[in-house]
Amino acid sequence: MGALALPVGRAHGPSFGRRQALLEKLAGLGLALPATILLVLTSLLPLVVLVVMTFTDYELGNLAASYVGAANFMKAIGDPVFRRSLWNTLLYVAIVLPGSVGLGLLVAILVHGRKRTRSFYEIVYFLPVTSTLIAMATVWTFLLHPKLGPINTFLRMIGAGEHAFLSDPALALPTLAVIGMWQLIGFNMVLFLAGLSAIPRDLYEAAEIDGCAGAVDRFLTITWPLLGPTTMFVIITTSITAFKVFDTVAVMTRGGPMGSSEVLLYSLYLEGFQYFHTAYAAALTVIFLAFILVFSVIQAFVLERRVHY
Amino acid sequence: MAAGRDPDARATPARALLRRAVSGVLVHGFLLTGAVFMLLPFVWMLITSIKPPDEIFRATLSLWPRQFYGVENYRFALTSAPLLRFAANGVLVCAGILAAQLLVAIPCAYALAKLRFPGRQALFVLTLLVLAIPVQVPALPLYIALANLNLLNTYFSMMVPFFLSAFAIFLLRQFFKSFPDDIINAARLDGMGEFEIVWRIVTPSALPAIGAFAVFSVVAHWNDLYWPLIVISDAKLAPPPLGMMFFADAETGSNYGALTAAATILTAPLVVVFLFARRHFIAGITMTGVK
Repeated sequence: MGALALPVGRAHGPSFGRRQALLEKLAGLGLALPATILLVLTSLLPLVVLVVMTFTDYELGNLAASYVGAANFMKAIGDPVFRRSLWNTLLYVAIVLPGSVGLGLLVAILVHGRKRTRSFYEIVYFLPVTSTLIAMATVWTFLLHPKLGPINTFLRMIGAGEHAFLSDPALALPTLAVIGMWQLIGFNMVLFLAGLSAIPRDLYEAAEIDGCAGAVDRFLTITWPLLGPTTMFVIITTSITAFKVFDTVAVMTRGGPMGSSEVLLYSLYLEGFQYFHTAYAAALTVIFLAFILVFSVIQAFVLERRVHY
Repeated sequence: MAAGRDPDARATPARALLRRAVSGVLVHGFLLTGAVFMLLPFVWMLITSIKPPDEIFRATLSLWPRQFYGVENYRFALTSAPLLRFAANGVLVCAGILAAQLLVAIPCAYALAKLRFPGRQALFVLTLLVLAIPVQVPALPLYIALANLNLLNTYFSMMVPFFLSAFAIFLLRQFFKSFPDDIINAARLDGMGEFEIVWRIVTPSALPAIGAFAVFSVVAHWNDLYWPLIVISDAKLAPPPLGMMFFADAETGSNYGALTAAATILTAPLVVVFLFARRHFIAGITMTGVK
């Protein structure tokens, strides 16, 4: 890249080259300036303000704030609501992650082998990804309605009883997790399909000759190892998405019943933008960010590997 | 996979045929069961939106309404809430965000990919850092700033956190890096300035990447609830998800015919675009799966 300005420079002598380099510097700075200003104003500066706020007792509307050390973090550690929402969030990730990655992979492998029906399945499984989750959450609330919903009508018909999926504390979070999976399976399927089509076909033929005949054998010796980078990538993006669960909770359960579906972002939203415990919410945000950064650092390594392959 | 069946076919054709049929049934059985699960909310949304209240309350599994009540449900949904206004807000916000993102990211990505200037490395590292930060993180300080500037409840407040897309910069930089230097140098010899090179030479070559990013950006912001929920309390400005939430709250949840009609109206635009431009859509979402 250093040679960029040189071809022109060489033809006209060193002073022209220096002028060219200076022009390049100015052009570079100018073109990057709007992005840099926005980067500072909408990301870096807020980040600094956020971290500073966590050490204060600031609440929205206050004119002054005083330094309180790590009190906000100590409060979070002792706060049953926060602990429950962190636990619920991790539980939610623990259900959604294997479910949507495993099923996404299975569906991708099965769909990949289809010829005529492939695009049909692609459309159907991908549909939830494009749909507005809030609107669909309203529909899900209706589907799961204890009396009116078709799911319970069906369960009553087959004699499985009636379940208040969203108002039973034992069922609320798993139900939200199933909806989370519903939204993510198609997305993961598409990522896996991209990974699958990158595997050369002759590898399967070679395996055939080496006596690797069954579908399971083929999967274990070729597909799974070669899909490794894709799988890692899907696992990380799914973890991050699941960790950020908010929409379904805000519309369908509002954290209830009895706090059984309180999740991190929802508690954070309530503290920061409903109760206006700004400094405390800032501390929760920093904890939230810490989790996201751990996922992202792993992702950066995976991405780096994917780019170089 | 098809090639894998050939040796069997030669050995015992009947057995292989049977095996093929059985595996075909199993595969399609599984995929169709999954498809029903995927489609259930959409199908039920559509049929409930054309059912009269008494049929909804009878809670049968009948797929087709005995009495067509679609006109009433949709009319009620459209008159009791400004649904088209919500959709128009969504279009406006998505267009505004996308335009700003491209105007800011394209020149920056070009500079990062092709020009040597002081601070380039630092800027790139910062971009990568910001790439990992979701909007929920700067939300509190941005909210305070917007409140102090009296900018809450404006379109601007809904769009401003997204004007800078670190992801667009990252994606386009990758794309621009492979653009041949010779063409850029030739343009320079022709007397073109860098600004002109960015918009007239490099940008047209990146249209596939820009298209993919546009799909990603529009889908993300059409469906985003978190940030509008924070800065918008005026229902007139609500984008589709927030509008849906206002509508569902106001309806106290019992008029499911109207609720599903509203959900249909607000979900339809993206789904229709998806059905018509499936390839681009999937390519866009896959390419940008890094969100």
